[in-house]
Amino acid sequence: MDFDLPLIWAAIIAFAVLAYVVLDGFDLGVGILFPLFPEKHDRDVMMNSVAPVWDGNETWLVLGGGGLMAVFPLAYATVLPALYAPIIAMLIGLIFRGVAFEYRWRTKRAEFLWNWAFAGGSMLAAFAQGIALGALVQGIPVENRAYAGSWWDWLTPFSIVTGIAIVVGYALLGATWLVMKTHGDLAERARAIALKCCFATIGAMGVVSLWTPFLDPVYLQRWFGWPTAIFSVIVPLLVLGCLYLLIKGIRDRHDVQPFIAALGLFILGYIGIGISFYPYMVPPSLTIWEAAAPEESLAFLLAGALVLVPIILAYTGYAYWVFRGKVDPEEGYH
Amino acid sequence: MFESFDATMLARMQFAFTVSFHIIFPAFSIGLASYLAVLEALWLWKKDEVYLELFNFWKTIFAVTFGMGVVSGIVMSYQFGTNWSVFADKAGPIIGPLMGYEVLTAFFLEAGFLGVMLFGLNRVGPRLHFFATAMVAIGTLISATWILSANSWMQTPAGFAVNEAGQFTPVDWWAIIFNPSFPYRLVHMVLAAYLTTAFVVGACGAWHLLRQTAPRRSRTMFSMAMWMAAIVAPIQILAGDQHGLNTLEHQPAKVMGMEGHFESHPDGAPLVLFGIPNAAEKRIDYAIEVPKLGSLILKHDLNAPLAGLDTIPAELHPPVAVIFWSFRIMVGIGFAMLGIGLWSLWCRYHGTLASDPWLHRAAVLMGPAGFVAVLAGWVTTEVGRQPYTVYGHLLTANSIAPIEAPAVSASLLAFIIVYFFVFGAGTFYILRLMARLPRDTMPELDEGPIRTAGVAHGPASAKSHGAHHGL
Repeated sequence: MDFDLPLIWAAIIAFAVLAYVVLDGFDLGVGILFPLFPEKHDRDVMMNSVAPVWDGNETWLVLGGGGLMAVFPLAYATVLPALYAPIIAMLIGLIFRGVAFEYRWRTKRAEFLWNWAFAGGSMLAAFAQGIALGALVQGIPVENRAYAGSWWDWLTPFSIVTGIAIVVGYALLGATWLVMKTHGDLAERARAIALKCCFATIGAMGVVSLWTPFLDPVYLQRWFGWPTAIFSVIVPLLVLGCLYLLIKGIRDRHDVQPFIAALGLFILGYIGIGISFYPYMVPPSLTIWEAAAPEESLAFLLAGALVLVPIILAYTGYAYWVFRGKVDPEEGYH
Repeated sequence: MFESFDATMLARMQFAFTVSFHIIFPAFSIGLASYLAVLEALWLWKKDEVYLELFNFWKTIFAVTFGMGVVSGIVMSYQFGTNWSVFADKAGPIIGPLMGYEVLTAFFLEAGFLGVMLFGLNRVGPRLHFFATAMVAIGTLISATWILSANSWMQTPAGFAVNEAGQFTPVDWWAIIFNPSFPYRLVHMVLAAYLTTAFVVGACGAWHLLRQTAPRRSRTMFSMAMWMAAIVAPIQILAGDQHGLNTLEHQPAKVMGMEGHFESHPDGAPLVLFGIPNAAEKRIDYAIEVPKLGSLILKHDLNAPLAGLDTIPAELHPPVAVIFWSFRIMVGIGFAMLGIGLWSLWCRYHGTLASDPWLHRAAVLMGPAGFVAVLAGWVTTEVGRQPYTVYGHLLTANSIAPIEAPAVSASLLAFIIVYFFVFGAGTFYILRLMARLPRDTMPELDEGPIRTAGVAHGPASAKSHGAHHGL
């Protein structure tokens, strides 16, 4: 039996990126919400709620990037130059907020600085990721195995909107995470913020979803042509279901349900993008098969990935299990 | 400031700058992770509190170092695409899977268990906690293995073909991973990381011995570091010699540049100790040489002929001045490390290891030496690879992304400002953490949330341990 290796790898890379988006999404979201919680004690708890896991979360980004170079080198080599400025901005944002996890505890006098680094870095990284997503959706021209557009193509009204949508969406993930992981007044305020972010996120998703089909006739055909139009009924219905569970979970003061429902929203949005993209790796220029590395590379890495990804998921799950439950405000190794 | 540079030169500067910063952190964290595992093992085995105290002290420093390594490493993994996209397209099918395996086998392992190592002692108990520490240490070594394999493949490519799109395609993965220079490079780098860490730990111990604070902890730390220096420095010099022979075999132009041999020497080459390389005139000015010694070192024969750069077209010469100096800096530091190691053995024999102030002063001075040597070594090997990215097959000039100079210079400037600010602050915090050791209380800062009691999870014994030590 023949395996369609490029397609399998497209699914694995898609999974890695999704894992990154939902995992780093909530810890970036905690950073985005930092300015709304001015008290030091709240901020200590917020940071400690993600401190043991953020590093693992961010590793999915490295797998997404490194994996893309390994199995879709042509996609990697054309998308990254096209997104030069947002990628650099994202990296700088991630630098600032990554070091803030340690530096913030090392100084009293400069603590405000690292609070800003954490909040600002998280916002910058999230916004840049949203812009990159928007730029990818609106299309990247490729000629002769190289990016063929200009340097500011990524900057459009559409990409700004997707940038804002990601910031708001991550804030929702962060707020529902805090509802799940914290006690008392902090959790109460997170609940109120989660409700607001929920409406903002669904609004932003709506705008992006209605805009996307008109960017490219392929997308339009995909969403409103037969038989694929089935998706454009199912996906929004499921979105509404998640939205209901999310709002009800917040109103009924559930701890876990809002976070799970918010993850559901993200996964559905992601599936929506996937439906629009298929079979492209770099729309509208490169299909999955055109962008793929030689068979030998795909097979070699797949052998490892099939064994290692389940192991990774197992010990990542274990690490989350070790730190399960509400954050103890007194806890931290600092 | 950057008008005179083209995009290729700027992209090279950006890569050199970001990779130089990055390499500092793994060089330290590889050694430190192993040191932490050893300390925790000693604590579990000997039940001596001094090891746990040292573990907790260096753990905090490790966390800061590791954080900086992670964020500077993410930059590296995206820079191949932003600035070197043609390289990424062509070499991606080979370099990519090697780096992919690094992420799958090492990064996740380190990141997954780092949280448990830093935050989990009284949640999982000492034995599982030691397992987490060991996983972090093993992760750093696995990571080094894959990265050195990828880098070595760029230096001594093997096991590949080239397809019609100009991509390097894998033919034999075994030959790719275990390419001719990989074992030498891996050993040399891991030993360098251990030495670097030993000299930082040794300098910290010596500093506190000089100030006579917390003598027991400082003595233990200093003694362990000096054992490392005494044992590993000579091994490293041997490994370096073997690596040099390997380089002569596979990248002769690099060795010619390192040794300053512009001319061929048909009957025995001298060893150029010092001099000023003059690339325009193709000679070493003011050279101080030892006749025949070059052939003795490189060929283990006084009269063996040695080819010079005159046998290679000028456009394929590496930048001689840079690698001539960086190589001498690395070797000089290596011998200085050996000197400290031998000195420490002499003091140990006479029972003055913890009391000889001159040894301690020398050790403090040598604290940053490992970092300088590691940087100099990487400059030698990477600049010596020029003008190629994939040695002998892909020129650097043909690897660059279709980017414009202003975009690269703007991002380079941004990286320079951000790196100096962020990593400058990190260095400051690490130095301050090191200076704070000698208090009898735990090294935690007053302003961090000090845990007052155990948490509800984990075995009771661990809980009492954690509470006892104020973890």
